[in-house]
Amino acid sequence: MAIEMEDVEHVAKLARLKFTHEEMKKLKRELDAVLEHARVIESIETEGVPPTSHAIPLVNVYREDVCEPSLERDEVIKCAPWAGEQGFMVPKII
Amino acid sequence: MEFETVIGLEIHIELNTSSKMFCGCSTEFGGEPNARACPVCLGHPGVLPVVNRGAVESAIMLALALNCKISERSIFHRKNYFYPDMPKNYQISQYDVPLSVDGWFDIDMGEYERRVGIVRVHLEEDTGKSIHVGESGRIHGAEYSLEDFNRAGIPLAEIVTRPDIRSPEESSVFLQNLRDIAVYLGISDCKMEEGSLRCDANISISVDGKEGTKVEIKNMNSFRSLRRALSFEEERQRGVLNAGREVKQETRHFDEVGGETHSLRSKEEAFDYRYFPEPDLVPLEPDKEWTNDLRAKIPELPQEKRKRYESALLLPKEISSVLVGDRALAEYFERALTEGQDPVELGKWVSGELLALLRQESIPVEECRVEPSGLANLIKLVSEKVISGKMAKDVLREAFDSGERPEEIVKEGGLFQISDENELVGVVDDVIKENPMAVSDFKSGKEQALKFLMGKVMKKTRGKASPEEATRILTERLENQA
Amino acid sequence: MKEEILGKKAIEIADMIKKREVSASEVTGLFLERIEKLEPELGSFITVCAESAREKAKEIDKKIDSGEKVGRFAGVPIAVKDVLCTKGIRTTCASKILENFVPVYDATVIERISEASMIVIGKTNMDEFAMGSSTENSFFGPTKNPWDKERVPGGSSGGSAAAMAAGEAPWAIGSDTGGSIRQPASLCGIVGLKPTYGLVSRYGLVAFASSLDQVGPMTGNVADCAAMLEVIAGHDRRDSTSIPAQRNEYLEGLTGDLKGMKVGIVSELSGDGIDEGVLRCFRLTCEILESLGVICEEVSLPNFEYALSSYYIIAPAEASSNLARYDGVRYGFRARDNADSVWEMYEETRTGGFGQEVKRRIMLGTFALSAGYYEQYYGKAQKIRTLILRDFEKAFERFDILVSPTSPTVAFRIGEKVDDPLKMYLSDICTIPVNLAGIPAMSIPCGLDDGLPVGFQLMGPALSESLILNVSFALEEEIGFDAKPQTFRA
Ligand SMILES: [Mg+2]
Ligand SMILES: [Zn+2]
Repeated sequence: MAIEMEDVEHVAKLARLKFTHEEMKKLKRELDAVLEHARVIESIETEGVPPTSHAIPLVNVYREDVCEPSLERDEVIKCAPWAGEQGFMVPKII
Repeated sequence: MEFETVIGLEIHIELNTSSKMFCGCSTEFGGEPNARACPVCLGHPGVLPVVNRGAVESAIMLALALNCKISERSIFHRKNYFYPDMPKNYQISQYDVPLSVDGWFDIDMGEYERRVGIVRVHLEEDTGKSIHVGESGRIHGAEYSLEDFNRAGIPLAEIVTRPDIRSPEESSVFLQNLRDIAVYLGISDCKMEEGSLRCDANISISVDGKEGTKVEIKNMNSFRSLRRALSFEEERQRGVLNAGREVKQETRHFDEVGGETHSLRSKEEAFDYRYFPEPDLVPLEPDKEWTNDLRAKIPELPQEKRKRYESALLLPKEISSVLVGDRALAEYFERALTEGQDPVELGKWVSGELLALLRQESIPVEECRVEPSGLANLIKLVSEKVISGKMAKDVLREAFDSGERPEEIVKEGGLFQISDENELVGVVDDVIKENPMAVSDFKSGKEQALKFLMGKVMKKTRGKASPEEATRILTERLENQA
Repeated sequence: MKEEILGKKAIEIADMIKKREVSASEVTGLFLERIEKLEPELGSFITVCAESAREKAKEIDKKIDSGEKVGRFAGVPIAVKDVLCTKGIRTTCASKILENFVPVYDATVIERISEASMIVIGKTNMDEFAMGSSTENSFFGPTKNPWDKERVPGGSSGGSAAAMAAGEAPWAIGSDTGGSIRQPASLCGIVGLKPTYGLVSRYGLVAFASSLDQVGPMTGNVADCAAMLEVIAGHDRRDSTSIPAQRNEYLEGLTGDLKGMKVGIVSELSGDGIDEGVLRCFRLTCEILESLGVICEEVSLPNFEYALSSYYIIAPAEASSNLARYDGVRYGFRARDNADSVWEMYEETRTGGFGQEVKRRIMLGTFALSAGYYEQYYGKAQKIRTLILRDFEKAFERFDILVSPTSPTVAFRIGEKVDDPLKMYLSDICTIPVNLAGIPAMSIPCGLDDGLPVGFQLMGPALSESLILNVSFALEEEIGFDAKPQTFRA
């Protein structure tokens, strides 16, 4: 089962990336190759095997509810490509 | 065809912890934009979240209050989608292994009770805020937007109900009850106008018991707009069905001005959140001891309190509702109650005279200068007929303004009520003597004249005559004259 | 003086500075000189911090002269992979999207090396966002292998590895998600250690795949590696996945005594798919181990076969989410301000700001998490991870440590694999299982094949850094690998 062109387009949209049609076709081939390799894992019996998201099992790591100083405002916005005195500016949302 | 409205609510409550969910920034409301942000809540490269213990405690308490089971192990997921108010373009939230599940809550609708199932109470982080700059000030027609991340990362408890609600009114009552609980628990201010309580709804109409198509309603910013939006939507969907058409599954936006819901279409919407376990956090495994401690910290909740007020203290519903509706007011009432006065009388005064004064001056009850014991003493003076109810109102006002104790004001002002028969008879006789016209009016059957004469009696005693006693004596003397 | 310093261990240089046999300024000056001379050809660094390094050196010298207290490795320069946030020093991750990004905070690791009074001499080149095995995927151009400038230094910490091999720094820091410390260490003939997941704080490490990333030392010898680990390891309350363990005295543990130890040779990583020359060096090294009184036996970890597939689902999936924050709003590159909408701005910024390999992995990861494919790919890969963990657990019941070659090949030619992602991904075949299991592993040079270094990988159970360091120490002594690239003598 190869990945569909539609999937590639949907994924590009989700990832907020833009590709030309040629690039899409190339990507599809590359993703196919990697996924083809990954498909070997599909056939492996994992019934009853729990997933591991952390190799080192820690639980209950908390910080106390205590305030720490925030950044100075000019530090907050100094890295921004576009910012006014009030904050970050972005082109219109809709 | 038999229609039934089916509603489920999804509620977000901003928790009033001191610091944010995953960083040490303050959660205080308002202030300069982006003044409460740090690399963590701004999603700078390389930062990591650490869970705020206080937020977990608040959410556990809320879950327990809603009769939920606390999960032995819960984890955080990432909910991935792009939006400019999201610093990381994913929200750390809980997904299929939430903090708590399977609760319920009964709402009292007067004639009936409704049990609303709670699917889950979970924790997540809030987003920032987009300020749309342009003529309209709204998202449509804005020229650009400003992003303020003060709110980004504030802890949220999300409550999801089962679709057990059957009317807009029930929705509103449920939400108010939930708000009362959160306020009683002290975990949130729950101010809809400040956005610390937010509610989305799923509404569908089942036809002859057959499940309908769910429509999601957003942007309901007050209890009133929740009711209005759902009523509008209920009517709209019924209309669609009556016309033989189908309800479309969609998200609709409530427009406060027009009182209508509108289809929220955005070509940018792509509902594929790609949830996966947040690798930067480790599981929460609250132990029994911790949850038991938190359970013990839960105060008497509004519903139980109302029941107790009505059945044990015999307060009428109107009074108990007012008292219970405001945790601080109820606390005031209960402190006054320890002085041993009649609960109903006390309840009347707290929910009536006192509350009116507080509202008039916009003073929170916590800052009221009349001590609960002072109010109780004042009521004691009334019940012992030392002063009249009318005098008590004046005394309360003075105590409220000056901060002096009511009993002191009564004592110093010599404001004792005259109930002494001999003293009153003298005054009444003088009044009869001085007002022959009124007396003859009374005799010719004009009831008005009695009030006029009573006024004179009150004036002569500078308001200190016991109204009941004076009326009795006056009537007696007038009738004896005849 | 110059030659003398260049051949020294970093900890020895620290001693000399403390004893005032040489000043921090002289040492810093020497390495800056070398950087200046070698960089045009090598490209190990993205940013050289000449000015701030000289200033810091001067400060330290002043303190030492006046008898003030200084940190443990005062005045010793260090090269830092450009994936760790350095306050006030540009941190790019070798990406256009962070080309001019100057962090407002220091990574915990940077704080720790600063406490030790070490001097950040520069930020080293890498594959963009650590995605790659050759350091060819850098917005700032590739790094050359000092052993052969036609060849890659490995990756993604290729800049740190090349800087070490060429003597541009006495020691360096890298990060390892699937082999990014060990594989370049192997290809450049140096020592590299990937610590147990959670031993070194990730706070300030720009995330690639959060559940796999670790920061670790890249050094010229095992003692330096142990010493640097002592500096950077330890609990950090800002990293929830940080292990609240006691810090170890790794240097003290270097006794060289291996008697009675049992070592497992991983069958799956020492046969098919491994170059013959590499295998030859590997086998010889195993024989040396035996000569040191160690029992070596073959052991099979059958699920290793699936490690690569599992890794190339998990890592891109996490990366696709971690890299979503580069959107042109709060920092970094933005395509243009006058885009018609924020959505257009996102697309243009991300499309123009990320390189090809990064976009490929974002696409792969987004796909693996997308609706309808999660269970099939991500869910499954997480379960395979469990199977690999169990394989390791079982093997460690019988063996103290496991060994394998670090890389299936010696340094390959620039451009050789860059157009075939899958072929490139296979470079990490020996190193990936370790990241999936979160255990520590290191690579030490064990010989040359065709004049290019070969790496020997040692893997131990969680928190067994002392053990693998000690075995490496003994081997290092016995192998006596002292080959240096031509560049080093330049
Ligand atoms: Mg939510
Ligand atoms: Zn913050």
